[in-house]
Amino acid sequence: MTNAETTLHLFNRHSVWAGFKKLAPVSLFVVIFGAAFGLAAVQTGLDESVILAMSTLVFAGASQFAALELWGPQVPLLTLVITVFAINARHLLMGATLYPWLRHLPPSQRYGVMLMASDANWAMAMQAFNSRQPGIGLLLGGGLALWASWVLGTWLGVHFGGAIEDPRSLGLDMVMGCFLLAMVVGGEKNLRMLMIWIAAACASLLAYWYLPDNSHVVVGALAGGVTGIFWPEKRREH
Amino acid sequence: MSIETTGAGALILVLVMAGVTLATRWGGVYVMSFVPIGYRVKQFIGAMSGSVLVALLAPMALEGDNGARLALLATAATMLLLKKPLPAIAAGILTAALARQF
Repeated sequence: MTNAETTLHLFNRHSVWAGFKKLAPVSLFVVIFGAAFGLAAVQTGLDESVILAMSTLVFAGASQFAALELWGPQVPLLTLVITVFAINARHLLMGATLYPWLRHLPPSQRYGVMLMASDANWAMAMQAFNSRQPGIGLLLGGGLALWASWVLGTWLGVHFGGAIEDPRSLGLDMVMGCFLLAMVVGGEKNLRMLMIWIAAACASLLAYWYLPDNSHVVVGALAGGVTGIFWPEKRREH
Repeated sequence: MSIETTGAGALILVLVMAGVTLATRWGGVYVMSFVPIGYRVKQFIGAMSGSVLVALLAPMALEGDNGARLALLATAATMLLLKKPLPAIAAGILTAALARQF
């Protein structure tokens, strides 16, 4: 991992706009996901205002789909809290991995940009930081692109959802998976990373099969992190 | 305790979800502000950042249908070859769509 150089955390209107444009192509697919969510939510029986409020305020697709599974005349509060927390717990790791750069920002900006943290823009930002490029513009601008697309898509799904009958048969459920894999493959590749990834993958699968639902991401990531401690990079700086 | 989804109840549930999600977005940053970032912590964080993605993808690859597996394979191959994310993602989606037509 690189040192957090002192200027990589800086961002301005231009880098945010550049981040917005960089994530715009992926955001087109997010519109379709959003539409799928909007349609599913209407079919579950939620009011339009509730659906749009959820996409606007929660902005975390997997947990929103899971909430639909729990939705009925009554919703068990504790179950909802635990489900949403477990699915979104990876944000905790994202925040922690961004911290070496975020810590140079004043707290209002630090927590402000984290409002927009999600998988795709976080992965882009980390890739930038790890190759010693500034990444906060990607995180914030890309996040705004994804968030706007998610809300727009949700609205489209509520009103015109019937138009996309089977997004799965078009391969559209694989957009995020393929995007994230491209980020992994495009990142640092060496024997140490390979061992870390194997540890993460094995731990994730074991957790997926034997531990409670939705624990696999956190378990796998922590296993990879611990492997990184026991197999440290060669010290090259200082 | 359960909450009725009629009237304001549904909106309360949405606010609860938003609060929990916000706590996950802020929590990692907040906790790290108490952790001195030494050499070990750096190694841990650096290793964890790729591992989050691998941990997300592993069950998708192993438990998914053939369309999903071929899509990931096509993405990885294209990415290694061209080193550009957009063609890699496009190749993956196209492969999944084709595989699922049969």
